[in-house]
Amino acid sequence: MRFMMIVIPKGYEKAAPDAGPNAEQVTKMMQYNKSLQKAGVLLALDGLLPPSAGARVSYADGKPTVTDGPFPEAKEVVGGYWIIQVRSREEAIEWAKRAPMSNNEIIEVRQIHEMGDFPEDVQKAAEGFTDLPNAAAARP
Amino acid sequence: MSDVHRTIEAVWRIESTRLIAAIARVSRDVGIAEELAQDALVAALEQWPEDGIPQNPAAWLMTAAKRRAIDYLRRGRLLEQKHEEVARELEFRQQQLADAMDQALDQVVDDDVLRLIFTACHPVVAMEGRIALTLRLVCGLSTTEIARAFLVPEKTMGQRIFRAKKTLSEAHVPFETPRGDELRRRVDSVLSVVYLIFNEGYTATSGDEWMRPALCADALRLGRILFGLLPGESEVCALLALMELQASRTAARRGRNGEAVLLLEQDRSLWDYSQIQRGIAALAHAQELGGGAGNYALQAAIVACHARARTAEETDWERIVLLYDALRRISPSPVVALNRAVAVGFAHGPAAGLAAVDELLREPALADYHLLPGIRGDLLMKLGRFPEAREEIERAVAMTRNLREQELLTKKLHQMPK
Repeated sequence: MRFMMIVIPKGYEKAAPDAGPNAEQVTKMMQYNKSLQKAGVLLALDGLLPPSAGARVSYADGKPTVTDGPFPEAKEVVGGYWIIQVRSREEAIEWAKRAPMSNNEIIEVRQIHEMGDFPEDVQKAAEGFTDLPNAAAARP
Repeated sequence: MSDVHRTIEAVWRIESTRLIAAIARVSRDVGIAEELAQDALVAALEQWPEDGIPQNPAAWLMTAAKRRAIDYLRRGRLLEQKHEEVARELEFRQQQLADAMDQALDQVVDDDVLRLIFTACHPVVAMEGRIALTLRLVCGLSTTEIARAFLVPEKTMGQRIFRAKKTLSEAHVPFETPRGDELRRRVDSVLSVVYLIFNEGYTATSGDEWMRPALCADALRLGRILFGLLPGESEVCALLALMELQASRTAARRGRNGEAVLLLEQDRSLWDYSQIQRGIAALAHAQELGGGAGNYALQAAIVACHARARTAEETDWERIVLLYDALRRISPSPVVALNRAVAVGFAHGPAAGLAAVDELLREPALADYHLLPGIRGDLLMKLGRFPEAREEIERAVAMTRNLREQELLTKKLHQMPK
């Protein structure tokens, strides 16, 4: 099973566009990433720039409205994620418990829906998926 | 199972490898190391449901295992020395021993994990024992889980593991990383164990289960661990590529009713393209390391040809034939020759394919191989030689033990014009 561990760092909703982790935080994080890698469970990981450098496209009336960050109403924002492959939900949670997080920070553990789990009609609707850039990148 | 037990199981899965590896460095015997680590697990199972999960479960398990390891070594020393040592002297030595162990166990190094893998996959142990030991010692699976995965009674699997540990102990297999030429041979042994685990999960050889994805995931995990430990070994990387590329098709290999769907009939939108990307990246890395012509690298390159094709018709069969030619040169095998014949059939037409298959008819190694009549039947069907095709496919049905494959072949029989 694959899980996404979503990092919700405290205060990141208000962080300046160029805010980044300090050297100490990076060192700890690298150690943790290394441990995931050594255990053979790590599939992917990324860190995101603060929301002040991003934008929200909302669909209040079904039409897209663009708002540049930061977003004053947001209390929690995503700061990054890991994708891991493990045997159980408990194992994913155990890995999340080992992450080097500060006070009041959150890691949300969510299982990834596998394509084969979708009902037939949804799978049909997803056909053509191979034309997405993700797939094209696999074809050098 | 309670929440606490599930958590303990998860902690075990994360920590057991390093725990066993660290103890083995001191005990020099992986069987004993595993038993001592198991004792620590039993202690956790007794105490954690009462006292709660400790803040640092890894450290807790290590401390518990350490205590048991020291006790174990003391007992051994006592037996050896009780006649010649005075009590006080003995006590002093025990303290020294305990300190030495404390130090050794506090610094688990990656090399220990690598030594553990090499030892579990040592050629002195029968292949099925190597597989079971690896799953138990390196993947943290219980005997029950391994027995279930291999469809054998738990007692049988327990005996298999016991025998494997006994063999290692009796052969005095050193707990070390081999060097030089020996390293190459031992890496090969490790890789074949990992690939057999993968294949056991990917294509069940018997029973009505088409595949057991958890075993594939374990093999992939092993592959990634090995890649981290032996980053310069191109075949390690190539095997990882091969497994990623094959596993990427998992969702497409089963139809709505659980029936098998062969590669060329698969709905390619169900393939896992992030996994394909990982596989292709790993293959490219193996090639950069200079291992493009290795066994696993060539196999991975063949699978990559399929992964790159948007439709079955776009498959570069010419390239696949060339890759099989290269594969046949370095590891000639009748199965490779048969797969090559299939590719020839697509690249140069069914008549050429049939000619290539017919060269293999007298091959003793393929005498009981159901794919030979299956493939021959397929080619005959394409050539419109239906009575002969029917005969061959009926033979294939009788020869396979896999119920899903039987269904698939039977379906083909029904579709064939009289």
